Order: sequence, then C-alpha cells, then structure tokens
Amino acid sequence: MDKHTHRKERVDRGIKVRSDSVYAVSGWPETLYLLTPRLTLILGLLAAPLILYAFPYWQRVLSIICIYGLLAVSFDFLAHYVGLVSLGGAFFIGVGSYGAALLNTELGLPPVLSIPIATLVGAAVCTVLLLPCLPLRGVYFAIVTLMYPLLAARIIEALDIMGGTDGLIGVDGFSGSWVEKYTLLCALLFFLFFLRRLVMEDIGLVFRGVKDNDQAVKASGINITTYKAIAVYISATLGCFGGACLAHIYMWAGISQFALDFSIIPIAATVVGGAGTLVGPVIGCLILVPVSELLRDFGTLRIAVYAAILTAFIVYKSEGIMTYCARKYHQFERWVEI
Amino acid sequence: MSNEPILRAEELSKAFGGVQALSLVSFDLYKGDVLGIIGPNGSGKTTLVNCLTGFVKSDSGKVHFKGKKITNMAPHKIANMGVTRTFQIMRPYYSLPAYKNLIVPLFSPRSRRTGGWRGGGKLGSRDTVSVDILEEIGFERDSYVPYKMASSLPTGYLKRLELARCLALRPEIVICDEVFSGLSMSEMASMVPLIERLQMDGITLIMIEHRLRELFRVANRVMVLNFGMKLLEGSPEEVVENEQVKEAYFGSEEVFGYV
Repeated sequence: MDKHTHRKERVDRGIKVRSDSVYAVSGWPETLYLLTPRLTLILGLLAAPLILYAFPYWQRVLSIICIYGLLAVSFDFLAHYVGLVSLGGAFFIGVGSYGAALLNTELGLPPVLSIPIATLVGAAVCTVLLLPCLPLRGVYFAIVTLMYPLLAARIIEALDIMGGTDGLIGVDGFSGSWVEKYTLLCALLFFLFFLRRLVMEDIGLVFRGVKDNDQAVKASGINITTYKAIAVYISATLGCFGGACLAHIYMWAGISQFALDFSIIPIAATVVGGAGTLVGPVIGCLILVPVSELLRDFGTLRIAVYAAILTAFIVYKSEGIMTYCARKYHQFERWVEI
Repeated sequence: MSNEPILRAEELSKAFGGVQALSLVSFDLYKGDVLGIIGPNGSGKTTLVNCLTGFVKSDSGKVHFKGKKITNMAPHKIANMGVTRTFQIMRPYYSLPAYKNLIVPLFSPRSRRTGGWRGGGKLGSRDTVSVDILEEIGFERDSYVPYKMASSLPTGYLKRLELARCLALRPEIVICDEVFSGLSMSEMASMVPLIERLQMDGITLIMIEHRLRELFRVANRVMVLNFGMKLLEGSPEEVVENEQVKEAYFGSEEVFGYV
C-alpha cells in the first residue's frame, strides 16, 4: 500500500465491542472471548508444576518466578496506578523474609502463621518507614526507595543484629514442595486479579487520580498522603509475602535478600511485559527469570546478554508483550484511503 | 445576607523570594455574594486563591471561614469544609473518562458523609451521581460526552469539569480561577447561566476574571488587585468609573469603551 494515499487504521473487533458490555453473556463466542485469555493464564500457571514434574530444578525456578512476579505486579501497581516509582522491592522482600524468619526461629511459629503475620506486619513496617518519603514524586521517590534496602543491609551488617552477615539459619521449610509451589501460584493469581479489580473500583480511581494530577485530588478534599500510604501498604503486602515465602523456601534469611536484584528484575519484567497492564509483569517474569537461569552457564556474560535483551525490548517493543498482544487480540488493522 | 461574613481574609501577605505577590490583602465575603477579583497579569489574583485554599502557605495574615480559622490548613481539609476551587490551567484526570473524574471528589470525606460508603446513598451509586452532576453542568447525559476520555474533551468541557469537581463536594464557596478564559464566545454565553444558577443555589462565589463583560453580569462586588495590593472594592459600576483603576489596570482612558 502506498503510504501517501493510504493510512493504517485500527478498529476494534466486533466481538470485542459486544463483550465489553452486558452482551458478554449473550452467547458462547463472547463469553469465550473474555474467558480464554484469563483461563489460559490461570490454568497455565496452575498446571505448570505438573508439567515440570520431571524437572525439580525448574519447579524451584517456578517458585522464584512467582516471587519475582509478585514484586513486579506490586511495582507496576505503584508506578502506573499511583505514580510512585518504587525501587524498594528488595526492601519489601527483606523485611518479609526477616520477619518470617524471626517469627519462626524465635517464637517457633509454623509457616502457616509466620507467613501471614510477616506479610501483614512487615507491610505495615515498610509503610511506616516509607511515610516520610511519600510527599516526594517521580525520580526523587525512586532514589530514596533505592536507598532503603541498601541501608537495611548495611545496618544489619554493621550492628551485627539478626544474625549479622550469617543471616538467620534454621528456618523451617514448607511442609512439601507442592505446598510451596501452590501457595505461591495461588497467591500470585489472587493478588493479580485483586489488583486488577482494585484499580477499577472507586478507591482505585482515587489512586489513578493521584498519579494523573495530585493537586486536583487535594482540591477534591482527599488527603493524598493517606491514599499513597494505603497504596504502599498494598504493594508492600505483595513484596513481604514473597519475602516470607522466600525465607521458608531457602530455610534461611540473610542480607542477600536485600539485594538489588529484587528491585531491578521486577522493573525489567514490567518493561518487557507491558507497563500498566498488571498481567504483563507476570508474563515478563515468566520470560526473564528462566532466561536468567539458562544464562547461568555463561557466567558473568549473563548480565551482558540480559542487558542486550532488555535494550532490544526497550528500543523495538517498548510497549511490552502484553500491550502488543492485547492490541492484536482486540483490534484489527486495515488500510484506508486518505 | 447576615452580618457575619462567611469568609474573611485579613491582611494576607505572600512573597516568592523578592517578589511580593500579595501584601496585606483583606476582604469579607458574605453568603450569596459573587465577588469578582480583577487585576492585571501578575497582580496576585491566583496567589490569593492559593492562599485562601491552602495550596500556598501565606507569610502572614489570617483567613476565617464561618468564624473558624483556616489559615494555612492543608488544602484537602479546606476543601472538606466546603471551600472549593477550580484551577486556571485545568487539571482533569486525563486517563479517566469524564464521569469517572468526579468519582475522586465523591470519594472525599465530605461527600461520603452524605453519600455513604458505596456512593450517593439514596441518590444511587457514585457513577449515577457523577453523571447527574455532569448533566447539571452541561454534559448531555444521553450523548457520548460524559463517557469520553478527559484527554479528548475540548477546553469548554474541561472548564465545566473543573466546576463539576467543585460541585461534587456540595460546596459553600466556589472560587473560580478564570473559568471564562480560553472559551469561545458561544461557550462563554452558555457558561454565564451556569454561574447564575450556582448563585441561585445559594453557593457563594469568588470569580477571578479577565472577561469583564461576563463578570459584571454576575458579580455584585468587584475587588481590584494591583502589584499584590488591594486597590479598590466596590460595585461593578463604581469600579468602572474609578480613575485609579483605569490607570493601574488598563493604563489608558479608552478601555471601558467596550464594556
């Protein structure tokens, strides 16, 4: 087609328009149109441990994917629905992890109790510690949150508290590897769909308002610090849950759980998967974490290959996989005469 | 009109570095008033609004709302008391549809007190209430307009959206920062009845304006600012006649020819 006389036009598919409203339940095609992508993700994730039955190593990788997935979803929520670009993922993981380890080793609580308590209390601790930074916006918030995990690791190291550089050892493991995987998978799916719903609810609209225009939210009589704090709590809940599970998976909590990997990989996954889609970051983790495992053979070159993949994505497909796929699924393109 | 002013500003001052944006501005606002504030560019009109609504902390002076001191309170607290404002540069939530823009003010403590947790209470959900408010302010309910993204709305509608955000809070005072600027003649003509309507609903208004013809149709008192100082306060007729105002504000003698 000649670009001078024609242009490409994107049009919503008929079935997309029909299934947007109440007509979604008018017939099987519409219902299936909506259900297929969702069920593919849910059933695919739930079936993954069974498919990988013969490969215990990859089953363990699956657990790690879930933890990174939780972090990535929490990053995406904070950055693209509340406007707080947080590099504090590692801080959430570390707090959750140390929390669960302390509850388990000091108080003797089983994982069934230590994980939920570490999640809820840990998230509260993270929120309180981040409160002073909440008035900050954009890159300033990012810089400050980047400091938190580094600071926490240094404090533990310098004061030699909570096991110091050795970390807390002797944490109970999960009662079985199936429990471990399905706890994480179910939690990931639950939080994912919870957040997808939340951002469409009225309180979610307030969060999105804070991102779009915080002055207007103030003029609407809403205390933006309160809502930022609520959002950070929700986000920290995901991270702390991941951290608490990590402590029980490795049966250990140490300062390497404040490592910046936990801050950086979720961001990379969000870029690859599609920013602002919430599902995208999970897909990004499903790609990046296994790639990272496969590249272990390359030693230090791993980072170089990793960087190349990321660069390629940012340059050539900056919208991300999920945004691209959703567009292809919902719309078709055609050439029209100008 | 009762004797007690609903809003009273006493000797408000604000300096940005070396620039004295406001100096010792005082005025009283009575219930049902429409107070126009005019003045040349940079005379401190918007700074005055910012000081009244808490967006900027004033250096000295006091603001009282119904006898309660609201000087330098947080903006959201002042808004929750019923003193609302529009922004000169519109601040909608561009990524949300127009009617979803109003969910945010409807979610505020002030609206929830009357509307309940799920929204408008007896009036319906928040979505219903917000479409009702938008219809009042000139968005056709049965058209696509209220459901369009705010980013795709023209200036006229965005200005209305600003007003709608104030109305969603069921305000006692609305401070309009240049609602007429940037509008076409026909958009302005349809905006004036809206303002008159607010006035009839018992809402007290402060209007900052450059469009004097429209302003003088609705305002019953006008205050003139120049270089951050209050020059004069009086009825529109008095202000028009005043030589000092003509000189300071317009710099020539012929200007009021078109009013």
